[in-house]
Amino acid sequence: MSTRKYMLGNAAIARGIVEGGGQVISGYPGTPSSEIVDTLASMDQRDFYVEWSVNEKVALEVAAGAAMAGVRSVVTMKHVGLNVAADPFMTLTYMGVKGGMVVIVADDPGCHSSQNEQDTRRYADFGLVPCLDPATPQEAKDMIPYAFELSEKFEMPVIFRPTTRISHGKSDIELGSVRQERAEANFEKMPERWVMIPKHARIRHPHVLKIQDDIKKYVEDSAWNELSLNEGSRIGVISSGIASVYAKEALENLGVEASFLKIGAYPIPEGLVRQMLENSDTVLVIEEMEPIVEDAVKIIAYDSGLDVKILGKSADLVPRDGELNIDICERAIANAFGMDIKESSGYDVDVELPIRPPAMCAGCSHRAAYHAMKKAFGPDAIFPSDIGCYTLGLQSGTVDTTLCMGGSITVASGLYNAGEKSPICCSIGDSTFFHTGMNGLLNAVYNKSNITVALLDNRVTAMTGQQPNPGMGKLATGEPTVEISFEKLCRGLGAEFVELIDPYNLASSEEVFRRAKDFPGTSVVITTQPCVIAAKRAGIKRMPFVVDSEKCTGCKQCVKFGCPAIEFDAKEKKARINSLCTGCSACAQICKFDAISEVKK
Amino acid sequence: MSSDDVAQFNLVISGVGGQGAVLASDIIGRAAVSAGLHVMAAETHGMAQRGGSVINHIRLGCECGSMIPLKGADLLMALEPAEALRYLDFLSEDGVVVMNTVPVYPVTVMSGISNYPEVDDIVDKLKQTHEVSAFDAFELAREAGHPQAMNVVMVGAVSKYLPIPKEILLESIKELVPKKTIDINVKAFELGREMV
Repeated sequence: MSTRKYMLGNAAIARGIVEGGGQVISGYPGTPSSEIVDTLASMDQRDFYVEWSVNEKVALEVAAGAAMAGVRSVVTMKHVGLNVAADPFMTLTYMGVKGGMVVIVADDPGCHSSQNEQDTRRYADFGLVPCLDPATPQEAKDMIPYAFELSEKFEMPVIFRPTTRISHGKSDIELGSVRQERAEANFEKMPERWVMIPKHARIRHPHVLKIQDDIKKYVEDSAWNELSLNEGSRIGVISSGIASVYAKEALENLGVEASFLKIGAYPIPEGLVRQMLENSDTVLVIEEMEPIVEDAVKIIAYDSGLDVKILGKSADLVPRDGELNIDICERAIANAFGMDIKESSGYDVDVELPIRPPAMCAGCSHRAAYHAMKKAFGPDAIFPSDIGCYTLGLQSGTVDTTLCMGGSITVASGLYNAGEKSPICCSIGDSTFFHTGMNGLLNAVYNKSNITVALLDNRVTAMTGQQPNPGMGKLATGEPTVEISFEKLCRGLGAEFVELIDPYNLASSEEVFRRAKDFPGTSVVITTQPCVIAAKRAGIKRMPFVVDSEKCTGCKQCVKFGCPAIEFDAKEKKARINSLCTGCSACAQICKFDAISEVKK
Repeated sequence: MSSDDVAQFNLVISGVGGQGAVLASDIIGRAAVSAGLHVMAAETHGMAQRGGSVINHIRLGCECGSMIPLKGADLLMALEPAEALRYLDFLSEDGVVVMNTVPVYPVTVMSGISNYPEVDDIVDKLKQTHEVSAFDAFELAREAGHPQAMNVVMVGAVSKYLPIPKEILLESIKELVPKKTIDINVKAFELGREMV
């Protein structure tokens, strides 16, 4: 009986957590990491605790607390999430853990769904913790039980860093056995470990430095680092993580005879690198993003007195930005070792293709809220925004800034305090408000920022795949819990102008936004309407709308609204509503000629 | 430059977020595993799904990475005409295009910012360099019972090229689609298979 199963990389990672006996798993959604907790939370039978936390700092601390109690814990996030969690992370490395703790940080080279493409391996180096960098979904799953063991052996948290191509890759996975042993929670009072006052920190820092050599030796011999020396060749390629599969394929395609070192576990395996260097005259380092391996290899060569040419990013052969692929690796190898390759030229396609940017869904309430907001605030207003589906409002002119999670209200305050005379209205979603927006509102109210905050509550964390949040009264597992009221929360943070609107009612929404604009001080407008995807899944149905071509004058006001359900028939010069219509009625309210109406039953 | 030694069969699926490219690649990937092949696939999730352009790579009988090199695919299965042309560079010189001819207009076209080329021009362009099977897969899906089964029509259409027995693909469809739509999807598969 085969145990091979076709799985998403993140589902394989979730399986690795189960096989490794993870007991407390926390996380904050973020592409490409979200499906790990999604998978665990949707399992029918669970012998572990799993939660969506309100942000990554919170999530990391929850997992750290569990690890202090001696149980195996995991925290998941996307790469930029570790910036939010960096404060506890950088001190947790001094404290260490008792139960194994794996910090899963999914990187996104190429910015498929991210605002930057920082390399988490830098954080591992910064925090002096081991890092595992899988090359395939299978390896990703297999690394998790090892990560728990490694963490427990050295009492250190371990970073596990998949990239988009691992997390959102799919492969047939050989399942392993599930560890049966579960630690009982048993928090031991050890102030010198768990209370990081200066006196204790000054003892723990040298301790962490001291164990680095032992960690290095242990990790070097792991299965994740693999050296294949080619005695007949004086060239070598060192590659890491996902890049190693591209590099290997490129070498095969080119028929190059070379030694090959694949690195999957950090700190860098110095002994293996040294063997590679001793066997080579020229070594090419192929890694995605930062030159972490490359710089380490140069240091090892220098320290060992080995005169080897080391190429990579420094010789401009391997790019430091974006994703790598087989074609880039082939070019890098050919250039490094002086080979000729036929440049693969594309086909001559002289047809201009329209760009297809992602857009808000048909009937999305954010579009309607933005419409009312823009009308009330006028074309000169400044619209700082945040991270979520509503960032797609960029095309509608209501997203003037997007810095990071929670960076809308705060940037708005800064603009105001800089002396901007234009009205300022920022937008932030429900989950992002809980994440780090709340602090910004508190700060704005406290410091008297005269700004308006549009809190776009679509009743779910939509962008990352419909995860629950504290505003919904539902846990990650679906279990009911307290439903946090945004109105009470904003009032609790000191806001005096707090009004709720139905964004599908354009006129009354605009009226409330106008009053919010006129309010001297920080005003909050909460727009409430469920995400259309969630509403569809919940079985909420509205009648679609239709254009009366007799009445339509072709003025395009509805088309400019930008809803994917509204098309313009260029031949007839009339608007048309397609099958995507979810019946929000916004276009009917926009039409000045009464040409759009609900389909009669 | 060939990837034949690395993977037995390289398939690129392109389309628009929401058309069911992920389900189509799941059906094929899962069936390939049942047929005893290793599979490596890469999908578009997240931001790009909201009506954006999507591409999935599927490599059957593959022990390496999931990304197909330029001109490395044996087959390009396009759920939308413009998305066929957009990813043509992944197709090998003797590769085959199987495409749905019904366009999905991007918001940029509907609001008049950019133009959508004539579908016939797209097909002609593809035919200049490759063998092309182009047909209205939506119509076939409607005939099978539901327009949403368009992706499964396309799986049926490419099925003759895949190194996977038909019965195993049908098993995979039955396991992956919602129970009450099994009959529609099986018919959609059959109608697609007749087209190529």
